[in-house]
Amino acid sequence: MAIGDIITRVDAPTKTTGQAIYANDVNLRGQLYAAFVGATVPSGRIVSIDPAAALAIPGVVRVLTEADMPRPAPSFADLYVPPLATRHIPLQGLEIAHEGEPVAMVLAETLEAAEAGARAVDVVYDAAAFTDPALAEPVDPDPGRGDYSFLDIAEFEKGDAAAAIAAAPVRIARTYTQPSRHSNPMEPCAVIAEWSGGRVTIHDTIQHVAALQGVITGVFGLEMDQVHVRSIHCGGGFGPKGFIWPHQILVPMAARVVGRPVKLALTRAEMYALVGMQPHMVQEVELGADENGRLLGISHIASNETGVTEDYIEFSTVPSRTYYACDAIYNRQYIRRGNVTLPTYQRSPAEGPGSWALGSAMDELARELDMDPLDLRLANYADVEPSSGEPWSSKMLREAYEMGAERFGWRNRPAGGTRDGHWRLGYGMADSSQGTQRYGSSARVRLRADGTAVVESSFSDIGTGSATVMRQIAADILGLDESAVSSREGDSVLPEAGPTWASATVISTGTAVHRAATEVRGRLARLAGWPADAVGVENGALTHEGEARPIRDILAEAGVSEVSGDGTFTPNGGEFSDAGPEGFPSRVFGVIFVEVAVDPELGLLRLRRATGVYSAGRIINPRTARSQMTGGIIWGWGMAAMEQSRLDPVLGRWLSKDLAGVAIPTNADIPELDVAFVDEFDERSGPLGAKGIGELGATGVAAAVANAVYDAIGLRVRELPITPEKILAG
Amino acid sequence: MKITSPKVSRRSLLRGSAAAAAASLAHARQVSAQNAPEESAFEAWIDLRLTVNGQAHALTVEPRVTLLDALRERMQLTGTKKGCNRGECGACTVLMDGRRVNSCLVLAASAEGRKITTIEGLADGDTPHPVQRAFAEADAFQCGFCTSGQIMSAMACIEEGHTGSPEEIREWMSGNLCRCSAYPQITAAVAAAAEELG
Amino acid sequence: MRDFSYARAGSRAEALDLGQADDAAFLAGGTELINWMRIGINAPARVIDLARVEGLDAVEEIEGGVRIGALARLNDVAQNPLIAEGYPVLSHAILRAASAQIRNLATIGGNPVQRVRCPYFRANEGAPCNKREPGSGCAALNGIHDRHAIFGWTEDCVAVHPADPPVALAALDAVIVTDHPEGGRLIPVREFHVLPSQNPAWHDVLRAGELIVGIELPAPAPRSAYLKIRERESYEYATVSAAAALEMDGGVIRRARVALGSVAMRPWRLVAAEARLAGLAPDAPEVADAIDASFAEARPLSGTEWKVRLARNAARRVIELAAEA
Ligand SMILES: Cc1cc2nc3c(=O)[nH]c(=O)nc-3n(C[C@H](O)[C@H](O)[C@H](O)COP(=O)(O)OP(=O)(O)OC[C@H]3O[C@@H](n4cnc5c(N)ncnc54)[C@H](O)[C@@H]3O)c2cc1C
Ligand code: SF4
Ligand code: FES
Ligand code: FES
Repeated sequence: MAIGDIITRVDAPTKTTGQAIYANDVNLRGQLYAAFVGATVPSGRIVSIDPAAALAIPGVVRVLTEADMPRPAPSFADLYVPPLATRHIPLQGLEIAHEGEPVAMVLAETLEAAEAGARAVDVVYDAAAFTDPALAEPVDPDPGRGDYSFLDIAEFEKGDAAAAIAAAPVRIARTYTQPSRHSNPMEPCAVIAEWSGGRVTIHDTIQHVAALQGVITGVFGLEMDQVHVRSIHCGGGFGPKGFIWPHQILVPMAARVVGRPVKLALTRAEMYALVGMQPHMVQEVELGADENGRLLGISHIASNETGVTEDYIEFSTVPSRTYYACDAIYNRQYIRRGNVTLPTYQRSPAEGPGSWALGSAMDELARELDMDPLDLRLANYADVEPSSGEPWSSKMLREAYEMGAERFGWRNRPAGGTRDGHWRLGYGMADSSQGTQRYGSSARVRLRADGTAVVESSFSDIGTGSATVMRQIAADILGLDESAVSSREGDSVLPEAGPTWASATVISTGTAVHRAATEVRGRLARLAGWPADAVGVENGALTHEGEARPIRDILAEAGVSEVSGDGTFTPNGGEFSDAGPEGFPSRVFGVIFVEVAVDPELGLLRLRRATGVYSAGRIINPRTARSQMTGGIIWGWGMAAMEQSRLDPVLGRWLSKDLAGVAIPTNADIPELDVAFVDEFDERSGPLGAKGIGELGATGVAAAVANAVYDAIGLRVRELPITPEKILAG
Repeated sequence: MKITSPKVSRRSLLRGSAAAAAASLAHARQVSAQNAPEESAFEAWIDLRLTVNGQAHALTVEPRVTLLDALRERMQLTGTKKGCNRGECGACTVLMDGRRVNSCLVLAASAEGRKITTIEGLADGDTPHPVQRAFAEADAFQCGFCTSGQIMSAMACIEEGHTGSPEEIREWMSGNLCRCSAYPQITAAVAAAAEELG
Repeated sequence: MRDFSYARAGSRAEALDLGQADDAAFLAGGTELINWMRIGINAPARVIDLARVEGLDAVEEIEGGVRIGALARLNDVAQNPLIAEGYPVLSHAILRAASAQIRNLATIGGNPVQRVRCPYFRANEGAPCNKREPGSGCAALNGIHDRHAIFGWTEDCVAVHPADPPVALAALDAVIVTDHPEGGRLIPVREFHVLPSQNPAWHDVLRAGELIVGIELPAPAPRSAYLKIRERESYEYATVSAAAALEMDGGVIRRARVALGSVAMRPWRLVAAEARLAGLAPDAPEVADAIDASFAEARPLSGTEWKVRLARNAARRVIELAAEA
C-alpha cells in the first residue's frame, strides 16, 4: 500500500457491521442517564425551579440546578475561547443568554425516566427583552469578548478600493445574505464521564481530543494526566464537535456531584440550541473593472450574527483578498449581537459564505461585461497571492479550469433557458478555494519484530479517512503491506495530534507520521549498520545497494522486540497553528460547474450534473479524496437550495429543531457527480506534497447554483437558500 | 415580570411542565367516561420475548420503551444508531419480519413475536454480507454513523426489487439521510450489491 | 415521554371494547402517536396496540369500487395492483409520502389522523397554539407562516393539513368507514378534517373510541395523477400538492375532480373549477380560467401569496398529468 493507491477504508470492517463504537454506544456500570431542561425564554432570569414532579417519577435520582453545581477552578479563566466555545457555562447562575440553554439537569436510572423527568421540572422565568441578531446594529467585534477575533483580521486594506471602484468604467454593488444554518451531523453530540480518585475519564465525540483534555484540566484545576479523553469515532463533525461546548463540561461536573458515571446524548433539538451554527450573514460586495474585465477594485463588507456572550466572527471576506489579482482591496467584518446560540465554524468556514457572495458578484460582473464568467476569472488570474504579493506554495488552477471546462463541456454548453419539458436548463460556474491551516501534531510509529507496525496518535476519526491515510503513509515509508499496519487513535494517552478540522489532518498529523516512520527506518538502518539516508524497504526487508535483510532478523540480532520512532510537525515559529510554509501562502483551488433545471411555474430547482476539478497538492488516497469532494459539493447544494434555520422573531427560538422542518439533501437530490484532480505535488507544503482538501468541495457551489438559476430563468437570487417562493417571485 | 410579546401566553411560555401539554388532549377528543373495560387488560410493565438476529431475548420493560432503546440500552446492540428519535433520518433502520422500519417509531412491546434483524445480524461469522462488502468497496460511507441504517435499508431495497435504475435506488434510499453526503457512493453500492445478489 | 399502560387488541371487537377506557389512544403504525407522546402533544394514560387486530389490512374489490382495510400499511396499499392500476393518484400520493421505512409502518387508517406540521404546534417547548392548548393563541399568525394556509383559515389557526393520501382520497370521493360501540359512520374524506371556523383546536371529526375500519373507494380512476411540490426531491412534506381524477370523452374532459393539499386544514376540492373544466381539452388555454374560478375564494396570509400562484399552477399541471396517465 502506497501513497496514491486506491485503498478501501481501514474502518470498513467495523463501520459496515455495526461494531465501530461511538460515544453514545459506551455504557458504564452504574451510569446515570442525563437529560437537560432547556430554557423556554430567549433572555431573562430563572425565578424558581420546582423539581418535585420530576423527582416523583420512578427512576429519577437527582435534579441538578445551578445551586448544586461546582464552580470552575481559577484556571478556567486562563482558557482561550476557542477552543472553549464559550465562557458562558449554564447551571452556573440564573441569567439566560439564549433559548434552549440548560437550566436544570435530570439524572435517572433509565433514559426514559430522565427524559420524562426533564419534561416534569417546573421552571418559572422572568423574561427580558430579546434581541433578534438579524435586526441588531452591525458593530465592530470587541477583542475582549472571546478570542475569536484573533483568528483572522477584521479589516484589510490594500490601495484605495473605494476610489478605484468609483473610477472604474464597469461597476456592480450588491448585497448577498444567507440564513443561520445548522450542521446537523448525523450523530448527535454525546458524552459519558466517570471519576475515579481524582481522575476523570471522558468518552466523547470530538474533532480534537487534546482540546477537551485541556479544557477539562482548566475547568477542574487538574493536571493533564488526570484527564483521560477518548473519541475514537466521531459520527460527523462539520462544526459542532470542533470546539468544546458547555454540555461537555456539565457532564463531568454532574458525574462528580453524584459520584456515578453520567451519560448524556443531546437530542436533535438540543443540537440546534446548544452547539452552534453557521451564522446569518449579510455581505456587501462592490466590484470595479475595466472593459476587459480586469478588476480595478474590490470591496467586501460582511456582518454576521453572534451571541450576547462572545463575539464570534465569520471571516467571509477572505476570498476577496485571495482569489483574484487586484491592486485595490478593502475588507471589513462586523458582528450583530443577539440572543442566539453562539455561532461556530462549519464545514468550509469563512470561504463557504465568502465564496457565495464573491462568486455571485463575479457572475453579475461578467453579465454586465457580456463576458463568459470563466474568461472573467482567467482575466483576473492571481499568479501571486493578492493580499501579500508573495508567491503561492503551489497553484495549478489554470489547469483545473481547462480540465473542468473540457469535462463539463462548458465552452459548448446549451444556451441558458433551454427547455426540457417544463424544465428550463441553466449553467453556472464559480471558483472553489480554501486557505490552508496546519496544526502542531505528533505521532509515534512502532515497528515490531513480526514485521507489523502500529501508528499511534490522538487524532480523531471524523469520517475523512484519517486512520486509512495515516496507515498508508507509514506503510509507504516502511514498505509494508496494508494489512501489516494498524493504528491507535482518538485517545489522549497517545502522542498528541492537532485537530481534525480545517482539512488539516493530512498535512499536520500526516507529516508527523511520515517523520515518525522515517525515523523508524533510520533506526533500523543504524541497527543494520547502513546509512540511514541510503536504505529502502521492500516486502518486510531493509535494502541497501542491492542487499536485503529481513526486518525480523535485524531486530532479532539487535535483541530488541520493536523499533519505535516519534515524529512531530511544528508550525512556523513553534506556534499552535499556521497557514502554510513561511513566505509561500498556501491554499487549495478548484472550479465547480453545474447544470440545474428550474421549473418556474412550480418553483422547483434540481441539480442535473456537476463537475468539480481541483488543484490541491498530492492526493494520498484518490478514493477517500473523491468522497470528500463529492460530499462537499452536496453540502454546497444543501446551502444553495434548501438549508436554513429560522429564528422566530417573537419567541426568539429556532422555528424547527428537527430534520423534518429543516431540509438537508436526500439521496434523491443528488445525481452522478464528476470530480477530478490536477496532478500536483506541493514541494513546499512538506514531505508529503499534499494539502488539505476536506473543505474545498463545498466552496463556490452556492454561487455556481445561483449563477445557473440566473442562466436558466433570468432571476438573480441574492438571498439563500433558493427556495420555491423566490423562484415563483421571479 | 416582562413578557416578550402580548401574543405570548404566560402559561405556555413560562411553564415547561408536562401537565399543561397533557391537558390539551382532553380538548382534542371529546372523552366520554363510559363503562371502562377491565383495567387488567392494560399492563404497566411488559415481559417481552424479542427475537433479534435469530436469538431470543427476554426483558421486562415499561411500555414506552422503543425498540431502538431496547436494542441499544438494554441489549447492548449498539450498531443501530439514533440520529433523531423522530423517524426523520433513518439511522435506526432495522428489519422487522424482513421489512425495513425505523426502530425509533416502534414500541419494543409491539415488536414481540416479530423477527428483528439488525446490522449485527448480517455477516456470516467473519464473512461480511454482500451488501456490507459493496458498501466497503464503493466507499459508501465516511463517518459511518448512518451506515448501519443505510445497509439495513439497502438490504430491503434490494429484496423489494427497487433497484431498477439509479433513479429508483435514489428514491427508495432517500429515507436514510447521510450528512457526510456519501449518496453517489451509496447508490453505486446498492446497484452493485443488487447485481451480485441477482 | 409520560409512561402509559399498554394493551394489545386481537380483534376489532376487542379494540372497540378497550377503546372505551378513559384517556386511551389507538396505536396503529405508531409513526405519529409515538412522536406526539415524545413532544408532549399528547400524553394518553393508555395505549391500545392495533397491530394484531385480524382482518383489517386487506385491499379488496367491493361492488363499484375497492375497500382498503384501515390497518393496511401505506406501501402495501400503493403497490397493490388494484390501487396502482385503478387509482394511480392514490398510489402516487402514498409513494411520495414519508420514506420507504415509514410507509412500512404507517397505516392508511392512521394517515388522515396525522396532525398539522406547523412548527409551533410541533415545538417541544410548546408555543401559543390553539391546537396545542386551546385558547392560548396562534403563534404562526404573527410569526413565520409562509408555509401556511391560503384557504379556509381563521385568526385562531392558519395551519394546513399536511397528509398526501387524503388529497388523493378527496379527489376520488372516498369514504372513511368507522365503528364505535354506539354505532359506526361513513365519513366522506372531504368532511373528515375540521376547519378552524368549525373548531380551531380540532383536527378531525373522530370521537373518542371511534375506530376507523376501512376506506372505500368508488369506481376506478385510471386517468388520475398526483403532483407533490417540495424543496427537496424526497422524504419531505408537501409545500403544495395536487390530485386530479379525470373522465374523458375522446380528447375532452367529461368530468374532472381536482383537490389541493397543504393549502387548508383539509384537502381542498376545486368545486367551481371542476364544473368549468367539463367540455375542455386538458391542455386548452381555458383550463387556466376554469381553475381561477376556484381561486376567487383564496385568501392568502401576508406570507402565503406565493402559494396562491403555486397552487394555481399545480392544479393546471396535475390536469395535464392526469390526462397523460
Ligand atoms: C418523518 C416523517 C415524514 C412523514 N412524511 C409524510 C408525508 O410526506 N406525507 C404524509 O402524508 N405523511 C407523512 N408522514 C406521516 C405518516 O404518514 C403518518 O404518521 C402515518 O400515516 C400515520 O399512520 P400510523 O398508522 O403510523 O398512525 P399512528 O401513529 O399509529 O396513529 C396516529 C393517530 O391516528 C389514530 N389512529 C390510527 N389508526 C386508527 C384507526 N384505525 N382508527 C382510529 N384512530 C386511529 C391514532 O390513535 C393516533 O391518534 C410522515 C411521518 C414522519 C414521521
Ligand atoms: S397555525 Fe394552528 S397549529 Fe400553528 S400555531 Fe397557529 S393555532 Fe397552532
Ligand atoms: S433515529 Fe429513527 S429515524 Fe432517526
Ligand atoms: S457516513 Fe457520515 S452520515 Fe453517512
